[in-house]
Amino acid sequence: MAVPVQLEPTNLTPGPPAVKPVAGRSLWRIAWSRLRKDKVALASAAFVILVVLVAIFAPVLTSIVGVNPDEPNYGLLDPNTALPAGSFGGMSSHHPFGVEPLSGRDVFARVVYGARISLLVASLATLLSVVLGTVMGLISGYVGGWIGGLIARLMDLLLAFPLLLFAIAIVAVIPDSAFGLNGNTLRLFILVFIIGFFSWPYIGRIVRGQVLSLKEKDFVAAARGTGAGSIRIMMQELLPNLVAPILVYTTLLIPTNILFEAALSYLGVGVKPPTSSWGDMLSTAAGGLFRVDPTFMVVPGVAIFLTVLAFNLLGDALRDAFDPRGGG
Amino acid sequence: MNSHDSTGPASTGGAAPVGADAFLKGAAPPAPSTSPAAPVVMDKPDPVPMEKLAAVTTAASGDALLRVTDLQVHFPVTQGALVARKIGAVRAVDGLNFAIRRGETLGLVGESGSGKSTTGRAIARLLEPTGGKVEFDGRDITHLSARTMRPLRRDIQMIFQDPYTSLNPRHTVGSIVSAPLKIVGDLSGDALKARVRDLLELVGLSPEHLNRYPHEFSGGQRQRIGIARALATHPKLVIADEPVSALDVSVRAQVVNLLGDLQSELGLTYMFIAHDLSVVRHISDRVAVMYLGTIVEMADRAGMYEHPLHPYTHALLSAVPVPDPAKQHRRERILLRGDPPTPLNPPAACRFNPRCWKAEEVCRTVEPPLVEIQPGHQVACHFPEERELV
Repeated sequence: MAVPVQLEPTNLTPGPPAVKPVAGRSLWRIAWSRLRKDKVALASAAFVILVVLVAIFAPVLTSIVGVNPDEPNYGLLDPNTALPAGSFGGMSSHHPFGVEPLSGRDVFARVVYGARISLLVASLATLLSVVLGTVMGLISGYVGGWIGGLIARLMDLLLAFPLLLFAIAIVAVIPDSAFGLNGNTLRLFILVFIIGFFSWPYIGRIVRGQVLSLKEKDFVAAARGTGAGSIRIMMQELLPNLVAPILVYTTLLIPTNILFEAALSYLGVGVKPPTSSWGDMLSTAAGGLFRVDPTFMVVPGVAIFLTVLAFNLLGDALRDAFDPRGGG
Repeated sequence: MNSHDSTGPASTGGAAPVGADAFLKGAAPPAPSTSPAAPVVMDKPDPVPMEKLAAVTTAASGDALLRVTDLQVHFPVTQGALVARKIGAVRAVDGLNFAIRRGETLGLVGESGSGKSTTGRAIARLLEPTGGKVEFDGRDITHLSARTMRPLRRDIQMIFQDPYTSLNPRHTVGSIVSAPLKIVGDLSGDALKARVRDLLELVGLSPEHLNRYPHEFSGGQRQRIGIARALATHPKLVIADEPVSALDVSVRAQVVNLLGDLQSELGLTYMFIAHDLSVVRHISDRVAVMYLGTIVEMADRAGMYEHPLHPYTHALLSAVPVPDPAKQHRRERILLRGDPPTPLNPPAACRFNPRCWKAEEVCRTVEPPLVEIQPGHQVACHFPEERELV
């Protein structure tokens, strides 16, 4: 009994277990094997990747099709109404999504370029809020005490803040140049900052809650017992356990931020024209043009809808895949 | 909280010696250290009978690796959301005195809430002691800061009760076992890998398991990983906090035997915490029984199991099953009344008095000090008495 029984390659079990390479079945492998079986997740992921590629290669894509987002084509408009000539907003092999009323700019090019703004603002803002939320949540949960309490109350405060009103107000008062930036660069910077700064508490709360329960586990005590400092424990013991929830909430936060950027652009506090954004296109269409040219509203609307839906479905699928109680 | 000081010699002279005298005249057992089962390390050379414990431990344990004097760990109970007011304290550990010699195993036994795990964590400095003194290797470590404690951490390691929460589920076995070595910083690269492999082999795991995750192992294997981690830095003292309580009965013996083998191989000193006297019996040289934050009886193994003196120990021992059905049927089973009282407000004087069938007025007014009634056998009771249990 004193000598522990050790399974050797020479044991009685048939088959090749000893030959098989002993690689750990990590959380990631388990999650991946579940994701692979989830068709909705795969489709969403494919769509997300497609949208990202479209945004990155927008100039290439538009030049292949032979269109330009800012070039007016008055010849494609009905001279009497200034609406696109032809059905479905002037759709043609040359202009697959039709052209804009009044100016005749190509809708496909504007949607493709709009994806850049939407994804850029949403992903940078999400990155900012994930970094802030993770750091603040870790400190708030692990350090605790009055510092932790203060951070927790700050999160409550930010979540209760009338963000949309604040954003409209701040964008309205910013000058054309500040912080060495100007024009749309400054606008983008401020959009990212506002959206990111006000959405970190969503991540922060989740991280804090997880840390509060994780730090009572004995593996943290064991790390402290070997002399690990607070930063080491937070980064090496706690953070690996937080990656899954952070990833899931990141994929759920991106669509929220896409919608938020669209809402701000819709309200006229996003990027300035002529730079196109989905929210701005919707806003122009909603001014009354949708009655006479619905295609002009449907195209950016569908773009927002499908992108947000894909991110949300992907986030849900990730959450299921990382759920330890899940099967597979 | 010097209980033995406040009660004074006059009161103990009134109560304790009566029982002790009766016991000494009546039973007169052979000296416990001559028991063949007891290992040689148990020889206690100079008995100091009827002395206060502090004096006893000082005199008897010249080569003490760990000495604990009047250790107290209290947890404040607060009320109020914004401004926390202290409204009381849970006296989880309240005045412990003991010493552990190099190479020996002290078993610490008690029921849930007796403060045994808190004691272990306070000694490992995972908790800040409220009062008293913890000396390790001749050095006072009671209130060392995290920074000054760090170099000592390698010498004091813990094995935890629950192998399912004591291993980080996101780390591989290799990174779990190598973590203490990386923090200490002795080894790196291939030497580190070799050491981790050696450690895994030492605890009976295959080095093939390096890249696996804890959830791929059984409870017993996980506990072996925890043991390998604890041994990584060549500790002098290992505090095993109920290391087998969460395991299947079938693998308990394996793990206890492994701990025993490692002790003789590596010259370790153990503090073995358990809630079960029968587990401790196998591995301990000496055993201390805790009740509600205090030690009620401490003796070498033979003394504790063959000649227990405290009523609480009697009750605990009577709960241990006996392999012989006839004996099991015949013997007396002591059932204690009620639950242990809350450590928020422990009973006055003897903490066991509300549940003790022998309690008299003196038990409710005078706290019995832990005194050495026989060589190496200390008990905190006004009416200690040997009792036939089997």
